[in-house]
Formats: sequence, C-alpha cells, structure tokens
Amino acid sequence: MKNWKEKGMQGVFLLAACASILAVALICIFLFANGIPAMKEIGFLDFLTGQTWRPGNNIYGILPFILGSIYVTAGAIIIGVPIGIFTSVFMAHYCPKKIYPVLKSATELLAGIPSVVYGFFGLVVIVPLVRDYINTHGIRGNGGNSMLAASIILGIMILPTIIGVTESNMRSVPEQYYEGSLALGATKERTIFRIVIPAAKSGVIAGVVLGIGRAIGETMAVIMVAGNQPQMPQGIFRGLRTMTTNIVMEMGYAADLHREALIATAVVLFVFILIINLCVSLLNRRNDND
Amino acid sequence: MTKGRKIESIILKILVYAAAVITFVVLLFLLAYILINGLPHIKPELFALEYTTENASLMPALINTVIMTLLSLIIAVPFGIFSAIFLVEYAKKGNRFIGLIRLTTETLSGIPSIVYGLFGMLFFVTALGWGYSILAGAFTMSIMILPLIMRTTEEALKSVPDTYREGSFGLGAGKLRTIFRIVLPSAIPGIMAGVILAIGRIMGETAALMYTSGTVPDMAKTPMDAGRTLALHMYNLSSEGLYMDQAYATAVILLILVVGMNTLSAFVARKLTKGK
Repeated sequence: MKNWKEKGMQGVFLLAACASILAVALICIFLFANGIPAMKEIGFLDFLTGQTWRPGNNIYGILPFILGSIYVTAGAIIIGVPIGIFTSVFMAHYCPKKIYPVLKSATELLAGIPSVVYGFFGLVVIVPLVRDYINTHGIRGNGGNSMLAASIILGIMILPTIIGVTESNMRSVPEQYYEGSLALGATKERTIFRIVIPAAKSGVIAGVVLGIGRAIGETMAVIMVAGNQPQMPQGIFRGLRTMTTNIVMEMGYAADLHREALIATAVVLFVFILIINLCVSLLNRRNDND
Repeated sequence: MTKGRKIESIILKILVYAAAVITFVVLLFLLAYILINGLPHIKPELFALEYTTENASLMPALINTVIMTLLSLIIAVPFGIFSAIFLVEYAKKGNRFIGLIRLTTETLSGIPSIVYGLFGMLFFVTALGWGYSILAGAFTMSIMILPLIMRTTEEALKSVPDTYREGSFGLGAGKLRTIFRIVLPSAIPGIMAGVILAIGRIMGETAALMYTSGTVPDMAKTPMDAGRTLALHMYNLSSEGLYMDQAYATAVILLILVVGMNTLSAFVARKLTKGK
C-alpha cells in the first residue's frame, strides 16, 4: 500500500515535470503550424527580404521590422551596455558597504518596474525631449516618436539584467587575481579593467546577450515610443516598427493571410530568441567548465 | 607609474562613478516623475465599481488583476513545485530526460511575452474555443511564470541540508513523507519569495494578455468573461490619450503594487538566508 503511494506520487511529480516540455511543444506546434504555411504562400524570400508591408494589397515583407528590431536593440546595447558594465564595476568594487544594500535593491526595483510603465515614462518624458531636439535643430522626424526614444527606453530596461549578471560574474573571479595585480603595482582601475573583467569575460558576454534577448522581445515599451510606421527605418530621429509591435498593432483586426503573416512574424521573432537562448546556454556551459 | 597610466586610471574611475550616478538618478527620476504627476490624480471616483467614460475607474481592472493572479497561481504553483521536487529529489544527474526539462524551462523563460500572448490566442482563445477570457489569460500567464516558480523552488529545495533528509529516513519515514513533512516546510520561505515575484510579473504583464484576456474595461463576473488587468488598463488609457491624468494615477497604483511585491519577495528571501 505504502509502496503504491510512493510510486504514484513519483509519477505525479514526473508528470508535472513534463509540463514545461508540453508547453514548449504546444507553443512550437501552434506557432509553426499557423506561421509556416503563410510564409510558404507569400514566399520565404519575399517574406523575409520584402521591403514593403501593405496588407491591403497582399504585400507582406517584414524586412523593415526585422531591421527595426535589430536597430532598436543595437541602440539599446550602445546605451545600456557601457553604463551597465561601469555600474556593475561600481557595485562590485567601489560601492561603500553601507549603501550597498540600498543600491542593490534599487537595481532589483529597476528590473521589477512593468514595461508599460517604462513605455509611459518614455511617452511623457523621452519623446517630448526628442521632439524638442528635432524641432530646434530642424531635423525631419515623426514628432519625437523615434528609434532614438525606443533605444533609450530599452537601454534603461536592460540595465538591471546587465548589472546583475556582470556583477555576480565579477564577484566570482578569485580574489587572488585582484590582489596579485595590485601587488604588482597596478592601480585599482587597471586591475579591474585589465584583470578582473577579462577573467569574467564570458559571464559579462552572457549578460549582454541576455540583455539583447530582453530588448528584442520587448513590446509594450517600444510600441508607446517608436512611432510604429510600417516602413524601412530611416534614421534615429524617425519612427520605425519592430517585429513585436507589428504583431500588437495589427492583430486586433487582421484576418486570413494577414493574420497568418503576423503569426509568421512571431515565428521569425521566436527563431531569433531561440538562437539568443542557445548562445546564452553555450556561454554559461563554458563558464561552468572553467 | 607613468603619467599615461595615471590618467587612464582617473578617467576609468570617473566613468565608473558617472555610470553609477546615471543609473540611480534615472531610476529616482522615473519614480519621482510618476509619483509627482500621479499622486494628485488619485481620487475617490477612480475607485468606482463601474467603469464609465467619465470616471475611467481602475477598480474593475484591479479586481480583474486579483482574479487573474489567483487563477494563474492556482494553475502554475502546483506544477512548478511538483516539477521542482522531481528535479531535486528524484531525478538522477546527467539523465537525458532531465536535460530536456532543463532546456525547455530555459526556453520558456526566454520567450517574449508577445509570443506567449499569440500562443494563448491561438490555443486557449481559438483552438479550445474559450474566447477572450480571464481564464485564457490566466492559463497563458501560468505558462509564463512556470519557469520562475520552478527555478526558485528548486533553489529553495536544494538549500535544505541533506542531514534533514537523512535524519528523517533514519527515523523510518518514507521518501514521500520526508518530502512533504520535512523538506517542503523548511523550503517554504524560498518558495514564497518565488511566488510573490511571480505575482509581480503577472500584475505588470501587458503584451501576453492583450489578445487572451481582452481589453474590455469592465469587471469579469466569471472566469469566462473578458476583462483587462491594471497594466492593460493603463496601456489603453495612455494610448487613447484622453485620460492622461488617470493614466498617471494608474501608473502610481501599478508601481506601488509591483514594487511592493518585489520588495516583499526580497524581504522573505532575506529572512530565509538569515534564518540559517
């Protein structure tokens, strides 16, 4: 009797553990089954490299959105990575012990703020700033809704990811490296940037790649500040549309092939994310082996 | 020390401090800006039970959020805890099946919320025929928070010393009894911290719910009704552009809830580490 109960519950635990496998399988099946036929109908190349998106005329090219996602993410990396890495150096090596807990929970807070609040902040603060800049300098723009605004917001949003991962990886570098370098007469800064960071390199890169994943998948914060024009990106002061926002903008009223083309957009996004995830787990594996 | 190196050190030091200042000033500014603009607009009519175009009340959305959170937790927490028990207490290391579970969990935690939303729309809303409903939203959210609950529970279970288990076995308890009477109770603070973190995620989520729970501003009377949560309510207010004051006020409430949940989670987790 008791043995039966033990075995039964083990089965229950096993079944529960299969939930994540089932979920991933279902997500893949439903996305691919709805998206791939549409891609075939449109033509894989036409879909991926087409520069025009005009659902009214049955023209579905998502290159503008792929580029949009890549540009906005690149902008976020340019803004977020240097600030993030320097901040994590501060957290790991410069921060006075007394205020460390406060700042640590502040970075966690930064991670906890919902994306819609970031988007709202971008809408009421960053977009007007960009608009003023455009107007005073006579640049062509879309009223401040722009790639720049989206990049700034995303740059802020990926900060906690980069700070968290980089800091913990820098802390896991053996103390002897640090002390050895100091003993050889190197300054504190030189030690950190020439010895500690290179030693933590793959962890730092993993943090950056995680940040890329977060930026490329972000939807609500981008939709509120990027302008969402379905056109090829035309400069940092102009509006653009990303893959994620394309789905949200049009899913509400799309039907037939248009709807399936949007799902196919999600498939492309999904593949991007899978590649990024793969990179992260490869980097982490290399870390564990070291 | 050469002069060049000294200058290099000084510049790097300045950059380090500047970056830290930027990070924390941006956070403070964001919080202060929303609080200063939002607090004056928190008025009693914002909490009216019925949503009308005049009051743009957030109460129905708040109630929807609570229902959504509870439902998602009811679905995800048992699955998350049970699979973590399997991974920590039963699984043999290096098993290929375990590798598959870990791989899929990692994949789940990296999928963007809009992809979850789209999947929820295709599967729960359309294929299962539930329509836009709180239930469809809750199932979508439960898949989304599953990896989070699994990971935190796993860590909590692993932090229970093996001597506890051995002691229990030594006294003649079976494996199941040991898990439920000894291991789980001592892991509860860690599990709680994860659950609270998941609550914060659900409350702040927008993209995954837009096409699963719908954007109706009314209170859902049954789980099969459509209804928007607070975050979605806020997005709609600000994108309509007519209710900016109410959007600020909603942002304040949302921030307080989500930040409160995160702080509570950190507090519970700290209790756990101090207790040892």
